Amino acid sequence: MIETKDLRVSIAQSELIHGISVTIPKGGITAVIGPNGAGKSTLLHTIAGLQSAASGTVTIDGTDIARARPQDRARLVAILTQNQPMLGRLTVEDLVSFGRWPHHRGRPRPEDTAIVAEALAEFALTDLSDRLLDTLSGGQRQRAFVAMAWAQSTPWLFLDEPLNALDPRHARDLMTRLRDLSAPGGDGRSVVVVLHDLNTAAGFADHVIALKFGHLFLAGPKAEVLTAENLSSLFDTPFQTTEVKGRQLVFPD
Amino acid sequence: MTTRAAIWRATWPIGLVLLIAASLSIGAASLWNGDFSAGWLMMVSRMPRTAAAMLAGAGLALAGTVIQLTVRNRFVEPGLTGTPEAAMLGLLAITLLAPGAAIGWKMAAAAVAALIGTAGFLLLSRHVPRQDPMLLPLVGLIYGGILGAAGLWIAWTTDLVQYLGIWRLGEFSGVLQGRYEMLWLIAALAALLYAAADRITILGLGEDYARSLGLNYGQTLALGLGVVATISAVVVVTVGAMPFVGLVVPNIVSRWRGDNLRANLPFIALSGAAMVLAADVIGRVIRFPYEVPAATVFSVAGAGIFLWLLYAAPKQGRVHG
Repeated sequence: MIETKDLRVSIAQSELIHGISVTIPKGGITAVIGPNGAGKSTLLHTIAGLQSAASGTVTIDGTDIARARPQDRARLVAILTQNQPMLGRLTVEDLVSFGRWPHHRGRPRPEDTAIVAEALAEFALTDLSDRLLDTLSGGQRQRAFVAMAWAQSTPWLFLDEPLNALDPRHARDLMTRLRDLSAPGGDGRSVVVVLHDLNTAAGFADHVIALKFGHLFLAGPKAEVLTAENLSSLFDTPFQTTEVKGRQLVFPD
Repeated sequence: MTTRAAIWRATWPIGLVLLIAASLSIGAASLWNGDFSAGWLMMVSRMPRTAAAMLAGAGLALAGTVIQLTVRNRFVEPGLTGTPEAAMLGLLAITLLAPGAAIGWKMAAAAVAALIGTAGFLLLSRHVPRQDPMLLPLVGLIYGGILGAAGLWIAWTTDLVQYLGIWRLGEFSGVLQGRYEMLWLIAALAALLYAAADRITILGLGEDYARSLGLNYGQTLALGLGVVATISAVVVVTVGAMPFVGLVVPNIVSRWRGDNLRANLPFIALSGAAMVLAADVIGRVIRFPYEVPAATVFSVAGAGIFLWLLYAAPKQGRVHG
């Protein structure tokens, strides 16, 4: 379980997160939604320890993230950020191997190699393993970075707008994989994902956290948060919901 | 591996051996006419000179790779980060404050000043917009220019300008046994880099990924900068400034083999060593028996190679900034 208490985050002297206290349950997919500038990425980065909080606390499975050693934190949470490195002509296999770095710190063991091979297979990258990242398409590269985060084998997997570079088929594939590995009986991971597409959230998430202007707007099970009334007020634009073949769809009016 | 790559792999060590042989045998004093004892000439001049060129080339190429990964910009090199100018200031300072200091102390002062200068560049780099990759090297050029102007002014007012002139342009004619051994520090630093190679490569992925992978970001950054500053200071103090080496060699190796430092470190070091040695040999032959500084030869060739790197982007990729 992740718990933030009165979390405040400032970047360059302006406060972006104004005292958020929220609980993210273990297991399943938690979607973070909200309008542009709501603080979704900042919240994710802060919980993952990439950004330090001005005040308040973050605990992940009982560990205070601000006090954890970098190495321990890297075994607890892996994050896919939106900033893909501009430098780094690495092969796909090398990149995914770096996901194991928090575990072996430069001395790979056979199990690390096995997990890398598994990650490559899991994200359909085996055939691309010798290719340099900058010779790949945006979607392939995105998959390589997801595979790296996956190979970190952390109980918590964070993804900041992972669907940006993906076409509908690969977006669906990725969400399905995330659902499988976070489902009860999967490999026991918990996924927290920033999503812009509300219907992806409606289709795949179990829980939803809605942020607005750096405040917590609502958090809870998907069905309670993704109502027409809530979304209209969250995005300041009228929303409707409907059901198609048993699936809930939401759209701006 | 393609056949072309295989041929390359087989031929280039032979080229390096031939270069070393050329460097050992070419010079104003002949090895064979009995002017000097050939063995003595070898020990005192030719071997130190060859080793110095190779160590300086390897060191600058490695320093270039590290600084490029650290600031994540392919167009930066140790000569464009104010590092040599800062080393010069440190050397001036110790010459003024303690004129009789031993070379080791002068070296240390230059290295410390280089470290401070490089750290200053790193602070600047955080405020330079990343959209245009050419902006950061320009900022470095101006930063180095300011430090260099300050050094020149101090040297001017204290009558030390000639002293500066000795090492502003890199060349190896003054290398003799007993006057270059500081460069062997580069071999030790290369070994240190090899041990930290994964960390430096992860640094190249950017701060977010470095932190996410549990790297101690500040510590690794300090290590990288320390290596860059020390190498630059050692080279500048013993043989002078060698522009373009740290720019051209890492870019060529990156195109050829990518950016994984652990896999590439020997190639970067050997390529740097071979190219600077080649520049020195050419400089010795071109107006025989007079010499053209290796830095001049390298700058002419390096500028051409740099233009090629700018305009010939790698297949399906681009030069990243």
